Order: sequence, then C-alpha cells, then structure tokens
Amino acid sequence: MSGAFRIPSAGRLSQAKTARFSFDGQSYAGIEGDTLASALLANGVHLVGRSFKYHRPRGILSAGAEEPNALVEIKRDAARKTPNVRATVQELYDGLDAQSQNRWPSLSFDVGAVNDIASPLFSAGFYYKTFMWPKAAWKSLYEPKIRAAAGLGVSPDKPDPDHYSSRYAHCDVLVLGGGAAGIAAALAAAETGVRVILADEQAEFGGSLRFESGAKIDGQDGFAWAQAAVAKLAAMDNVRVLSRTTAFGYYAQNFVGLVERVSDHLKTPGRDLARERLWQVRAKRVVLASGAIERHMVFADNDRPGIMLAGAARTYLNHYGVAVGKNVGVYTANDSAYAAAIDLKKAGVNVAAIVDLRDNPTGPVIDEARALGIEINFGRAVIRVGGKLRVSSMTVQPKNGGGERTIPVDAILMSAGWTPSVHLFSQSRGKVAFNDETKRFVPGTYAQDCVSVGACNGTDGLSATLDEAYAAGANAAKDTGAKTAKGTKPKVDASESWSRGMLGAAPGAGADTTVKAFVDFQNDVTAKDIRQAVHEGMRSIEHVKRFTTNGMATDQGKTSNMHGLAIAAETLGKPIPEVGLTTFRAPYTPVTFGAIVSHARGPLFDPTRKTAIHPWAEAQGAVFEDVGQWKRAWYFPRAGEDMHAAVDRECVAVRKTAGLFDASTLGKIEVVGPDAAKFMELLYTNPWEKLEPGRCRYGIMLREDGFIYDDGVVGRLAPDRFHVTTTTGGAPRVMNHMEDYLQTEFPHLNVWLTSITEQWAVIAVQGPKSRDIIAPLVEGIDMSDAGLPHMSVREGKICGVPTRLFRMSFTGERGFEVNVPADYGQAVWEALWAEGQKHGAAAYGTEAMHVLRAEKGYIIVGQDTDGTVTPNDAGLDWAVGKKKADFVGIRGMARPDLVAKGRKQLVGIKTRDPKVVLEEGAQIVEDPKQAIPMKMIGHVTSSYWSENCGRSIALALVAGGRDRMGDTLYVPMPNGVIEVEVTGMVFFDETGGRLNG
Amino acid sequence: MLLIRCPYCEEERPELEFRNAGEAHIARSANMAGETDDDFEKFFFIRSNPKGIIYERWRHMHGCARFFNAVRDTVTDKFIMTYKAGEPKPSKLPGVGK
Ligand SMILES: [Zn+2]
Repeated sequence: MSGAFRIPSAGRLSQAKTARFSFDGQSYAGIEGDTLASALLANGVHLVGRSFKYHRPRGILSAGAEEPNALVEIKRDAARKTPNVRATVQELYDGLDAQSQNRWPSLSFDVGAVNDIASPLFSAGFYYKTFMWPKAAWKSLYEPKIRAAAGLGVSPDKPDPDHYSSRYAHCDVLVLGGGAAGIAAALAAAETGVRVILADEQAEFGGSLRFESGAKIDGQDGFAWAQAAVAKLAAMDNVRVLSRTTAFGYYAQNFVGLVERVSDHLKTPGRDLARERLWQVRAKRVVLASGAIERHMVFADNDRPGIMLAGAARTYLNHYGVAVGKNVGVYTANDSAYAAAIDLKKAGVNVAAIVDLRDNPTGPVIDEARALGIEINFGRAVIRVGGKLRVSSMTVQPKNGGGERTIPVDAILMSAGWTPSVHLFSQSRGKVAFNDETKRFVPGTYAQDCVSVGACNGTDGLSATLDEAYAAGANAAKDTGAKTAKGTKPKVDASESWSRGMLGAAPGAGADTTVKAFVDFQNDVTAKDIRQAVHEGMRSIEHVKRFTTNGMATDQGKTSNMHGLAIAAETLGKPIPEVGLTTFRAPYTPVTFGAIVSHARGPLFDPTRKTAIHPWAEAQGAVFEDVGQWKRAWYFPRAGEDMHAAVDRECVAVRKTAGLFDASTLGKIEVVGPDAAKFMELLYTNPWEKLEPGRCRYGIMLREDGFIYDDGVVGRLAPDRFHVTTTTGGAPRVMNHMEDYLQTEFPHLNVWLTSITEQWAVIAVQGPKSRDIIAPLVEGIDMSDAGLPHMSVREGKICGVPTRLFRMSFTGERGFEVNVPADYGQAVWEALWAEGQKHGAAAYGTEAMHVLRAEKGYIIVGQDTDGTVTPNDAGLDWAVGKKKADFVGIRGMARPDLVAKGRKQLVGIKTRDPKVVLEEGAQIVEDPKQAIPMKMIGHVTSSYWSENCGRSIALALVAGGRDRMGDTLYVPMPNGVIEVEVTGMVFFDETGGRLNG
Repeated sequence: MLLIRCPYCEEERPELEFRNAGEAHIARSANMAGETDDDFEKFFFIRSNPKGIIYERWRHMHGCARFFNAVRDTVTDKFIMTYKAGEPKPSKLPGVGK
C-alpha cells in the first residue's frame, strides 16, 4: 500500500508500481507517476516547509507549477542538490531524497518561527524602514543577518556535474499548453500539414482534464481523449510533441524560450542524457492555451497545512488516487469547489460542510452536492481555523456577523475562482483588458502574431473552448499558407459548468488587525500589508508590489496578484483597472542557469585562440596569459626561476644578444586598391601618399572625437597595397571602424580590406645579433642596412617559404619581424631558434616585451591611453600630418578642451628610491600633506622593474606633465608616501643608436 | 530575439548576426576641419533618441558584413523597413499612418 490516504479505486496510477522515497530522512512509499506532493499527501503528510519571513508551517497549496509553499531540496548526490523544487512538479522516482527547507532544527519545531510572534516588526516596507541607518550597520550587521535569515533553499556548493543541451527550432504553429484547448488547436493546425510544435509543462497532456471528471469528448473520458489525441499528433511527421516542457519566455517576433526537463524524473539518468534542454523556437504563429490558475480564499490563517486549492484536491483524487483528508471542509465563492466536494464524497471521504460566501447561488453542482447529503452554508465565511502544523477545524460565521460555529476538519478545500494565465500573452507585449462583468483580465490588444484560446482567454465551458481553439488552430495554419484542414472538430459530449468567483479578502480577513490572511504565501504578504501600503501612500500597484513584495517571489504571484490588486483597489476606492496590473516578466517559472548556459561553460565558454607557435612555447614550459581570446606566452621560466628572474633574464638577453618573440597575435589588415593610400590618409593621422613602397611608418588611428583609438606599424608593399598592423585586442574593432568609413563615408574610394591576422605568423627577432640569426635563412633580400634599413619591409623567402620581412623594433634594438604563412609558423620559428641558439638568444614573452618597450617609452594603446588621450597628450604630435586637409579625428582633436593647457600628458616617472616599483593605477599628487580627499593630478599607467636600467621605471599621465620635468611629485600608498621625479619617457639608449647597433 | 532583414542578403536573419551602429543619416562634413564647434557638437554628440520612429545603422556583421540603414520603432522595437547605405531617408514608411 502506498500510503493510508490512497484510494485504490480512484486515480489513474498503477498501484503495482511502487516507488520508495524519503522526506526529511523518513522513508515512504509512493507510486510511479506520483509527484512528490501526491506521494506525500498519500502518506498523510501535509506539513512540508516553513515560510520565507515568518517561518510559518506550510503545506501543499496546489497541484502544479503555481505552487508557492511546497518548495523542497532534492538531493541525488553531494553535487546534485537542487533547492526550491516545487514538490507539486517534481515527479517521483524510486530512491528520491527530499528535504524540507528554511527550518531549524526541525520542520515541526523551528526556532525561526519566533518571527511569526514578532511579526509586527516585519510588516510591509519593513526592510526599507528598519535598516535605514546608521549606514555602517548595514554592512556589518544588517546585511549578514538578513542574508543568513532570508532565502528559502540553500544553493548547491559544488560545480554542477550535469550537462544541458540547447536546440533551435522553427515551426509554423507553436501551441503552448496541452489541455483541451491546446490539443484541439494543435489537431486543427496539424491536419493541414503545417509544422506544429505542441508543448506542455506536465508529464502528461490534458491540463484540467486531469481532474474534470465530468468531461467527455468524442465519446471518451476527457483525459483519455487527450491521451489518444496527443498520441495521434505525436505520430504525425509534421508535429513535434514536447511534454515536461515549460514555455518560460515570449520574446520579440514569436521567439519563444522553452525548457524541457529531460531526466529529472528518472531514477538513474543516463550519462548520455541532458538534464534539461533549452528550446529556442521561432514560430510563424503562436497559439496560447495556457489555461487558468485557481485562486485561494483570503481569510485568517489560510496558510495552515491541510488548506489547499479545491482543484488541486480534485487532481490528487482523480489523477493520483489520493484523498487529501478524511474529513474535509470546503470554503468557496464559486461553483468549481463543489465539484471537488462531490468527487471526494463519492470516493468515500466525509465532507464536513461547504461554506459558500455567495448568498443564494443555484446550479447543477449545488443541487448534486445537496443530493449527496453534503451540508451547504450560503452567505457564510470561515473566520478562523484551528491547528498549527495541520488544520483541525474551521470556525464559520454569517458574513455580516452573528453566531459562530466551529466544525472539525482535517483539510479545507478553497476556491475564490480562476485567473486566466495571461503571463505569456503579457510577455509578448500584448495589453490585457479588464472584463468588469467577470472581474478578469483577459487578452486585449495583441502585439504579435499570436492568439489566446480557452481558459487563458477567459472562455468558459469546454464546448466553447474547443470551438474557439479548433478554429484558432486552423486559422493559424491558414495564415502560414496552409490549405483547409481535413480533420473534424472534437465533439463535447459532457462538460462541467464554471462560474466566476471573488477577488480580494473575504470577510473576517482582519482588515487592520493582527490577523494573518495571506495573499502571497511565498513572500508572506497578508491582506493587512497591502492595506497598510496604501495607507502609507502607495498609489500605483507597481509601488504596492515593491513595498509589500506581493507577487515578487519565484512563483511571480500566480495565485496572489489578483487578490493583491483587488485589496489595493478597494482600499484606494478605485476600480481595479485604474489601479492597474503589474507587468508579467519572463521566466514564467524559474529556469536553471544550466539550461541557459548549456555547453557554453569551462573551456567552451569562449573560443580560445592559439598561435601557430603555441605548441612550441607550451613544450618549452611557457607560462601563458589571456589577451582577449588569445593565449600568449607570458614568460619562459627556466628551472628554479620565478617570474621576475625569468623576465629579467629575457630582457637582458634581448639587449645583449637577441630574443625571439611570438608576435602572431598582432592584428593585421591588408588595405588594397587604387585608392589605398587615400584611404590610409583618411583613417590615420599620418601622411601616406609619399611613403615609398618598401618603407614602413608608425601610424595612429583616432576616433572622430580626436582620441587615440589604435596604433601600429604599417608597411607599404606596393603603391596600392598596405600591410597594416593593429594592437592585439584592437584588431576586430579597427577592422569594423575601417569598414564603416569605407562603406558609408568614403564609398567612392576603390579599396578592399582583408583581415590577415590569422594568415600570417609573426616572429620578432630583436637584439644586436638579430641580423646574424636571420640572414643565413633568408633568400632574395638584401639584409644590409642600406638594403633593408630600419622601418622597411621586403618580400622574399625564409627557409624556402614566402615572407614579408619587416625591419622594425618594439624594443629599441636592431629588430626584425618575420611574417610567414601561419602553416609554416612553427617550422620557421624552430629554424630561427636553432640559429639563435648559436648566438645565445632567448625566447621572450609578453612581460619582457612590455618592459623592453617601456624602457624605450613606446606606448601601448589601452594601457598608457584610455580613450581620453590625444596624440599630443601622448607626445605623438610628430605622427600627425600637419598639412593634411582631412582625417578621422582632425576636427575632434581641435576641440577647445583638447587643446587647453593643463591636460594630462604622458611622462616618465622615476622613484627616488630606485628599488621601489610603483603600482600601475596609483594616483599622483603634488602635496602629500594636503587634506583628504587629495587633489589627484595623474596616475601611473605602466610600471616595471628594469634590469637593463638597474632601477624601476614608470610611465604616467600627469596634468601638465611635460612642464614638470624634474619636479618632485608624490604617490600616496597605504604603507606610506612614495616620492617620484618626473622625467622623459625614454629610459634606455636615449639617442636611439642601438636600432642600428 | 529580433529578426532583421538585410537589404543586401535580401533575407530576414536573427539579431545575433547583426550589430547596431548608431543613428543614421548623420553626414560627415566634406570640410571637416573647417566645422565650427557648434556644428561639430551637433555632428558628433547630439542624437535624436526619439520615442517612436528612429533611423539607425546596422551592420550584418556575421553575414555579408555590409552596413545598412533601418527604420525601427523604439516603443515596440519593431523594424519597419531596412534599406541600403547611401539611399535617402524613405519619405513614406509602410504601415505607418503619419
Ligand atoms: Zn547581409
């Protein structure tokens, strides 16, 4: 037997398939097909959690995704712990291990429940009012305490070992919701032959047919019809049927995000199965068939375990074969709760009484309940309940006051009516309209190519629903170009009557008393809180929502929004539409990060770019650094060397003999065409027309605002061909910048731009011995200083492969940059390395490269400049063509502020104590004794230990810097003030003689 | 995710393939160096930022790589039309009353 409350004659589960599970360490039996909630209820367990703020004992409210209370932790192993799982959604599997949350030391005795007694402290706006000041207390006291006490579940503390998958899909008609309406719409569309996707969040299709025992379609029980219809759809080639799949977000142009729970319901998910699958669907038409959600009654202590939605109780009985009590009471303001009472009574459960707020309602369900001998009390309210961990009685009173009567019960089924699920419609940016007669918000103005059908559209009755849905499905298909449907509309043989209910608090809900009549269970918001918010001046529902947090929990107010709105409207004395409905936002139900991230994590988070020479550097034991997506060799430590020792050795080797450096990541763009020089004139500050083919020039690129955007050496290979280099990180944006001007501002220029960054491997050989290393391997290039002077380029061969050989230097030494097709990169590197070994050359990494260029005062764009530095600020006026009529940035550069005195200028900085190395980013002041906050006149942009100079060196941006040569400035640091001297930017070989050394 | 029609590829493609490039029809002066401070301010800094119809530039970055112009409604995010770079501002917009 799978629980004392299981009724073998009821429900659709096979009693033979037992599944054992545990809850808070206690072992129970359930049945395959149960949810955790139905299995717990079958064992008489209603108390499943503690509430968020007051730590009140909570039971199971619903039988679906709207559940605000029954949130548990599901644990598969140490790493697979999922908090805040709705027990009403989690399917049972053999061995399932669930824990209650937000309680200590135990669920039935929870110390935090003292918050319930102290609740006047925690009323609406509590956080805003209580923790205002003193400011310091927020960091040290309030925040840690609140963080410790708040929140429901506990996050997993290990990396997620599961994998997730992701798919894009396209269809003609996407049907969201697989109840009667969704199935009918899908049938109509599918029969025309168009591509259809039908998705439902439940394991089985059918929606409210799961509990509507009175529905008959095409001669079958409603639920059986649904299964047959979905089986038929699933067998069609043009239809994809997705169960356990929640549409969580409706985005622009019918782009819908869905999450399919692939293996959370399995006892042993196979390693090959994803845990969840994200579907990103683009549909020509969307049919929304998302149904309606039942509202609870708002009355005193309506959160006691055992009090639940009538439709949920009916689902537990008719689908799972579980009675939610042995002696139940019903509290309602509409007809549908009667059907629950009738079904339970027929299944042998005692129905103590129906309490109906309405005065004298009539109808078939009321007659039937009466005929079954159920006591019915019209015009009465439940004003109080007994029991704490489980409801034990309900006290009933005429709604306008009068004699009280207490009725013992072990469960109360409540229904205040049904709220159309307009969440996805609202997410699609559709505007809802308030129907004053039925007191419902229903889809009004559509913003996208979609249509709502059935309960989510406010359509009552199965017959009307199927008519509407079938027609909508056929129309949607037709809109996408389909022919007429061949099928026939499902015929309704029997259905149940629905009627409207009430919104807001019931009488006796304690308007301004200490009574807790919950509106939002998950965030512990009561009717009183909402009234208080209005009394304290909140007028718009958006303000009331934020002040009380009504509807802001993970259930997004699925059961509470309408009640909250109605209470606010009543207190304000305004009609509901004037107070407005809050906006619904994605996700409809919580979505795991795993599903969103999918495979894009770890090494797959971002592409990794490696140069052709990378394997060689790796084999040499290089330490790499990330530069954008590139892996660059940072330094090459030898045995026993730390980073500093390695960098010092590499720097010294380059200046003493030579060094080899992998410069392949430099951005490279080929600018080709008859107007190539004209284009270069416009994109760079320098003059290019007169640059001889075979010569190079250092170019500066500005933005239109006059600030430095990028720089690099440009070689002119031919009158119509430039080989442009960019910074490593700047390559894509420089290319974009060039294309933008070429396509939109200078389209008259006949120029082609080609990114060649990855086509050429670049090996920098720098140092006094560099020519000796290269020369033996080169063919067809005169390597003499006359044949290949500094800042020139030649095409020829090296090691038998084509090369663009640049004579250039980013170290201040005689230097070359050997460009070879990337496929030959490593082979040429190895040949050069072998030659280099004869001369004692070293391989050097990016750190040594940085130090060497700083010794020479060469800037790095993005390190020594920050997007607010002009060529003049950087001391690069010489690189701006004075006679040019136009280039990008020419006017921006002349703006008053950019030519004003006192701008920050790039200068060299030497610490008085040569051993002290400044921190990059450190601020510079004139007078260290001034009061705090001090006036900062600049900051350090680059700072290194220079073994070649035998001291520290630094570059800094300092206000009026070039007028301060020799001045003493100060760098205040936590451990004391550092005295520095302003100097020129060149620290080594000021005359530049070594370029030809 | 929006669908954007590239006027060069003549196809609607997902937004992921495109990159916005700011407001359209802001011409760079042929005599840039001679612009007044006020004119440069208007050219470089001032943008219309309308609530409603905006003319903007997009680039089909991961497609044909062409820059083109688009008319979009900033309230609904809807693209009203796209057209090639260099073509004049359309005088009539499809489906827009005014
Ligand atoms: Zn294109």
